[in-house]
Amino acid sequence: MAYDLKKELEKQDRLVGGHKLCAGCGAGITVRAVLRALEPGDKAVIGNSTSCLEVSTFMYPYTAYTESYIHTAFANGAATTAGVEAAYRALKKRGKVKENFKFINFGGDGGTYDIGLQSLSGAMERGHDMVYVCYDNEAYMNTGIQRSSSTPRFADATTSPVGSQSAGKPQNKKDLTEILAAHNIPYAAQTTFIGNFKDIHEKAKKAIYTEGPCFLNVLSPCPRGWRYDAKELPNICRAAVETCVWPLYEVEEGEWHLTYEPRKKLPVEEFLKMQGRFAHMFNPGNEWMIEEAQAYVDKQWEKLLAKCK
Amino acid sequence: MAIRDRLSGNEAIATAMRQINPDVMGAFPITPSTEIPQYFSGYIANGKVDTVFVPVESEHGAMSTCIGASAAGARAVTATSSAGLAFMWELLYVAASMRLPITMAVVNRALTGPININCDHSDSMGARDSGWLQIYAETNQEAYDNFIQGVLISEECRLPIMICQDGFITSHGVSNIELIEDEKVKEFVGEYEPENYLLNAENPLAVGPYGISPYYMEVKRKQAQAMKDSMPVIMDVAKKFYDMTGRKYGFFEEYKMDDAEVAIVVIGSSAGTGKEAVDRLRAEGQKVGLIKLRVFRPFPRIPLAEAMCKVKAVAVMDRAESFSNSGGPLFNECRSSLYDLDNKPYCINYIYGLGGRDIQVEDFYEIYKDLFVIYENDDPGDVYRYMGVRDSRFL
Repeated sequence: MAYDLKKELEKQDRLVGGHKLCAGCGAGITVRAVLRALEPGDKAVIGNSTSCLEVSTFMYPYTAYTESYIHTAFANGAATTAGVEAAYRALKKRGKVKENFKFINFGGDGGTYDIGLQSLSGAMERGHDMVYVCYDNEAYMNTGIQRSSSTPRFADATTSPVGSQSAGKPQNKKDLTEILAAHNIPYAAQTTFIGNFKDIHEKAKKAIYTEGPCFLNVLSPCPRGWRYDAKELPNICRAAVETCVWPLYEVEEGEWHLTYEPRKKLPVEEFLKMQGRFAHMFNPGNEWMIEEAQAYVDKQWEKLLAKCK
Repeated sequence: MAIRDRLSGNEAIATAMRQINPDVMGAFPITPSTEIPQYFSGYIANGKVDTVFVPVESEHGAMSTCIGASAAGARAVTATSSAGLAFMWELLYVAASMRLPITMAVVNRALTGPININCDHSDSMGARDSGWLQIYAETNQEAYDNFIQGVLISEECRLPIMICQDGFITSHGVSNIELIEDEKVKEFVGEYEPENYLLNAENPLAVGPYGISPYYMEVKRKQAQAMKDSMPVIMDVAKKFYDMTGRKYGFFEEYKMDDAEVAIVVIGSSAGTGKEAVDRLRAEGQKVGLIKLRVFRPFPRIPLAEAMCKVKAVAVMDRAESFSNSGGPLFNECRSSLYDLDNKPYCINYIYGLGGRDIQVEDFYEIYKDLFVIYENDDPGDVYRYMGVRDSRFL
């Protein structure tokens, strides 16, 4: 059946209103979009690494999830959810659980690119039938916008501040999706919110319904950390894709495919200029920053195109 | 009929796990507990159990996996030592606050600094405030018996439990053991039937919330209550175990304490050496006794204090430093428990056996001799002492 956003939105949300995420935050959109890909009758256990998402959606005594949910700590979302999945296999085998469950863990970039990478790598290597979703907002937002290994070069973060001797974060962003693809898992993909949400929906569906460990990396902007007006969220996501800062692709059984190719690749400024964290790059004398940012995006894009051929 | 065998402490624990056939085991190797998952994976490879074995990437992952599995409704076990237990630290607190009954075999080993693979209790003593029940064993037999009881105690109390034994001394030392028949163990531990669990399709469960100040303290108070309420549970399970095996367990064992004038309080395998010293000194007519503490969490404050009050001077033996400048963890709790009692004995501390430093019968003679001096001179001297340090300036 063809994808129909209107139909999809008629489904009962599995992350319901009343949570405490900010207006214009990408995390809640990621969770709702991914969970919409579950077939209506299917059950899931949601895992969550410590993050903005966790503290905003399950503040005792209220949970915003209709599904069973577990949070334990920051570094171990993957291992925790893997434990739930292991229990499912055990109890299913012993006839104590009859229904089918899916297992989906959400972590931010801090809990995924950095402190949770070992746990994630282990769970993927062991082959648990689960999906790990990184909602990537490119810094430690829950603690106040500190740089992570996902923060792009030149971003002004509170532990990589711009100053007379600093151009913002000195290092480039880690390529996590490629690292996950190197685990030779059945499915890894990169997505964000574009147009009618078809891209994220289809990728989430594949990730959930492909047997084995699957990974989704979702660019999920943060209005506080990136410094934009809440209403600009879709435009920022669109610019990230059209500039090839955040290409949309998937790796299915080792085969790399672009799922969207911009008709005309836009200059990187189109993405940078919308966000306060990059404002210093537009100051006179800082043209080199934009040039280097562009050169990096171009190089990464060419590498990706070569893999997708 | 019970089965007579000769097993190391590690194989004894693995055997108990085989008989229990848990739903999930999280496993990561660390000396000296490595053999436990090793034996167990052999049982899986040969169809002796059908546990889902999760060979994780770290001890942090092992505890996380057990927490996930237990919250999901499974009976979960694991094993670790030393740095592995330390790496689990934050999750020990998570498991206890979620009230998850996880049974963990701890094979006690020194914490690194410098690295050392031999026995002391610094690993589990460091975890004493994490909200886990802790039971210690003198022998392989006790480690095996405690593990089987531990599963039941933990599930009844909804608190995780550490079943501790001394690294290498009992974990690798092979000795005679009486095993219980498989069917009897299965019947003893029964099925794990949690009230609420993640995989309950009819009634979803959310665990691990952000606990704001108006709620956090109540959670902690309930954990404290659960620890308090575990006291009768431990005794009930011990009674049930006695009925099955004839082997008697309590919070502690009193060895020749009835007419003793001085006594030693000790945990773990050193109690065996201490008992030998008691026997030999008794043969010379000296009225000495020993208390072997089995249950450290919950701390059996009142009965233990009463037992210590039978003598005039007590030496509490700590196989762990706490670097408090006022004695080891066992000493401080023992001494504090005496405070309200009349006729309390002198109570001194010996730190001993760190990093596998041997303790011998002769060392116990020295301690009993010191206790008689204290008793006769009516003066405890420095209560914070070391036994077995080679540099005499630091004794």
